[in-house]
Amino acid sequence: MPKTLEIEVNGKRYPVNYPPDTPLLYVLHDELGLTGTKYGCGEGQCGACTVLIGGSPRRSCQISVSAAAAKPITTVEGLEKEGKLHPVQQAFLDAGAFQCAFCTSGMVMSGVALLQTNANPKREEIVQFLQGNVCRCGTHPRAIEAVEHAAKLMQERAR
Amino acid sequence: MNTLQQNFATEPERFELASSPIHKFDLARRDFFKLLGAGVAVFVVAKDALAEQETPAGSRSFHNEELPKEITSWLHVGEDGVVTGFTGKAEVGQNIRTSISQTIADELRVPFESLRLVMADTSLTPFDAGTFGSRTTPTMTPQFRRVAEAARNLLIGVAAKEWNVASEGLVAADAKVTDPVSKRSLSYSELARGKTLAQNLPAEDPVTPATEWKVAGKPLPKVDGRAFVTGSHRYASDIHLEGMLFGKVLRPPSFGATLASLNDGAAKAISGVTVVRDGDFAGVTAPSAHEAQKALDAIRAQWKEVPQVSSKEIYSYLKKNAEPSSNERFRHQEGSVEDGLAAAAHHLETTHNVAYIAHAPLEPRAAVAQWIAGKLTVWTGTQRPFANRDELASVFHLPESSVRVIVPDTGAAYGGKHTSDAAIEAARLAKAAGKPVKVVWTREEEFTWAYFRPAGVIEVKSGITQDGKLTAWEFHNYHSGMSGIETPYDVANQHTEYHQVPLVLRSGSYRGLAATANHFARESHMDGLAHVAQMDPLEFRLKNLSDQRVRAVLQAAVKSFGWPRKKTQPGQGFGLACGFEKGSYVATCAEVTVNRSSGDVRVVRAVEAFECGAIINPDGLRNQVVGAIIQGLGGALFEAVEFENGRITNPHFATYRVPRFRDVPEIEAVLLDRKDIPSAGAGETPIMAIAPAIGNALFDATGVRLNNLPLVPNGLRAP
Repeated sequence: MPKTLEIEVNGKRYPVNYPPDTPLLYVLHDELGLTGTKYGCGEGQCGACTVLIGGSPRRSCQISVSAAAAKPITTVEGLEKEGKLHPVQQAFLDAGAFQCAFCTSGMVMSGVALLQTNANPKREEIVQFLQGNVCRCGTHPRAIEAVEHAAKLMQERAR
Repeated sequence: MNTLQQNFATEPERFELASSPIHKFDLARRDFFKLLGAGVAVFVVAKDALAEQETPAGSRSFHNEELPKEITSWLHVGEDGVVTGFTGKAEVGQNIRTSISQTIADELRVPFESLRLVMADTSLTPFDAGTFGSRTTPTMTPQFRRVAEAARNLLIGVAAKEWNVASEGLVAADAKVTDPVSKRSLSYSELARGKTLAQNLPAEDPVTPATEWKVAGKPLPKVDGRAFVTGSHRYASDIHLEGMLFGKVLRPPSFGATLASLNDGAAKAISGVTVVRDGDFAGVTAPSAHEAQKALDAIRAQWKEVPQVSSKEIYSYLKKNAEPSSNERFRHQEGSVEDGLAAAAHHLETTHNVAYIAHAPLEPRAAVAQWIAGKLTVWTGTQRPFANRDELASVFHLPESSVRVIVPDTGAAYGGKHTSDAAIEAARLAKAAGKPVKVVWTREEEFTWAYFRPAGVIEVKSGITQDGKLTAWEFHNYHSGMSGIETPYDVANQHTEYHQVPLVLRSGSYRGLAATANHFARESHMDGLAHVAQMDPLEFRLKNLSDQRVRAVLQAAVKSFGWPRKKTQPGQGFGLACGFEKGSYVATCAEVTVNRSSGDVRVVRAVEAFECGAIINPDGLRNQVVGAIIQGLGGALFEAVEFENGRITNPHFATYRVPRFRDVPEIEAVLLDRKDIPSAGAGETPIMAIAPAIGNALFDATGVRLNNLPLVPNGLRAP
């Protein structure tokens, strides 16, 4: 009997029953019920399905679950620790950086990814990094502010 | 024209859908209390003209004679102190859940946190025609003020009875009633305990003036914000039911195509797949979305296609096929344009083509349908839950009471989610599968099978005196619509007219409707006239403008922008535009830079002044205004739906360009708070002036007058 495919999401291992060529997004969203990761286009063009795979930001609609299984996966649901929001989540909340908020999970995940590698990004670097995340409500200026604010929060928490 | 298009051809505001005529409110009075427990309930009954528009009169049946015939909103104060408001309006990102809650808290004198709002659920909330037309703030918030005031008075009455004193001296504040004489007080929850008090009242104007608001008027954060940043909020596309299957619908290769033959052998052979065929409708269900897509791809279908108009010929088609205008309400005339033109020193004629654009809400159309014992429940993202319910009832030959539509707070709409397509598809597939089914449209389906903001052709002819006074104004809009068609400028001789054209692409509502197209044409033309008169564009407008509210936003915008500005670098340009619609006022200034060798166009800065009467939530309003500027930037610069032979040729985010982070300029929103004027809606008007402001700035930068939308889909290279 073939070994059941397993993935590690937010520190927990899950068996996968969906076919192995299924995009990771559908496994997370539909099979595991981690619905914070959103379908916005299915074409890797909008960023709503952004997750971290082995710490790197990836469009979960563009990678099959079998290809994603080798490394630990983090979704927006995995950011909150012991009831405390991740600084990027807190910063988006503080800045009111959402309207319909359907893009918010993906924006937050991109923000987390950026700050992991660049603790103090310049505004142009934030713009560049978030270029692949679509917000149709036009909340871009607040998203930029939120990432800047998150950088400060993370530095404070690190102290 | 296909059937879907025909369904769209009979709207009163043309591109804003009609309200359905007959509705039934299914809950009896006793059920309200069963639902929420004992307490105090107040119902608002439609009486004034505006409310009648929202809730058309008609024969309705009620289980309980006591119930008002036309409830439009209601409120319950529970034994636990929780206050629950009920409205048929939907939250689609415009933040009305927050602004309505603020209004209720303000008038009832309770903390904002004690409020919850049940919205857009056809079994729980009163009938509502839909969330569109910037109607929520001007109609729903005054109603909730009335209902909250009545509830407050009921509670005061209960306290007065309890203490055996007169109501007049008692004070309601902080969710309790206090007797200032004896210093006694009772909380609302104590007063509501064990009661089932109910009262009906007519909808009238608000009671507490904006100058005395305590909770309203403040920049409170969006309700449920934490659920959005943690991803825990469940949109319609996130709903998951036990045993649920995933559905996909077979789409024709082109508009108007009909199904000739279908071979579903390979699809049916896939384990767990059901194929459903019903006339031209064909779809599949499968245990996962991925398998459903594979099954759909395995279907072999033959289609009979019919010739269709393409985007390259659309504008001449619209002009050629305009219907002779016989309807008075499409026409407005004052004085004689002929005389005005004869008296003019300068004339100007311009033609403006405006492309179809897509709403592209980030959450595509989605629905989950469940049948239990012949009754249908659908969760879907729509602006018109009751119309969706009626359409489902009609399609499946059910009484309305057998259909429930629930709208979770939705991943945006912008006027694009009026229809019930995904709901009908999910329900049809669920009926065949005998299990709940979820349908989520792909991005390509969204770009193809939704509907569009209509294209249009606008022709403007005008005359001015030597010193820049308007003498004549003639304005014809073909197809795109009537919103914002009237000029705010003073001109004795004028003729504006809207010419209907049969639909080419499926068309419908969009944030601001045709006001964007009409403002673009008018404000671009006015800029051209200022140039002819050799006047500053601001000075020229002010010379012809006596509307004080338009003048106020214009003056506020130029003040913050610093008009007139001196050019400090090559390729720089400045432009402005203004107007009003749906009771709110806007003026926008834009700064652009153009690199004529690369063709690169950048909007560097935008300043917008906006006034919508008394502001209920300045923070939410700022989000709407800034968001409208950014969304409007797309339609201004590069958005256009391309189509050929009934196929959309750019149905992806890779080919249909929407504004992204790099496109976003420095933005300043100047909000004028007119506490002396009733609050108007703010979802639409802030989008209207950015396109002409940018167009005028591009003219200032290059001397090239761009008369069409989008302005620069391919940049602006020197010839």
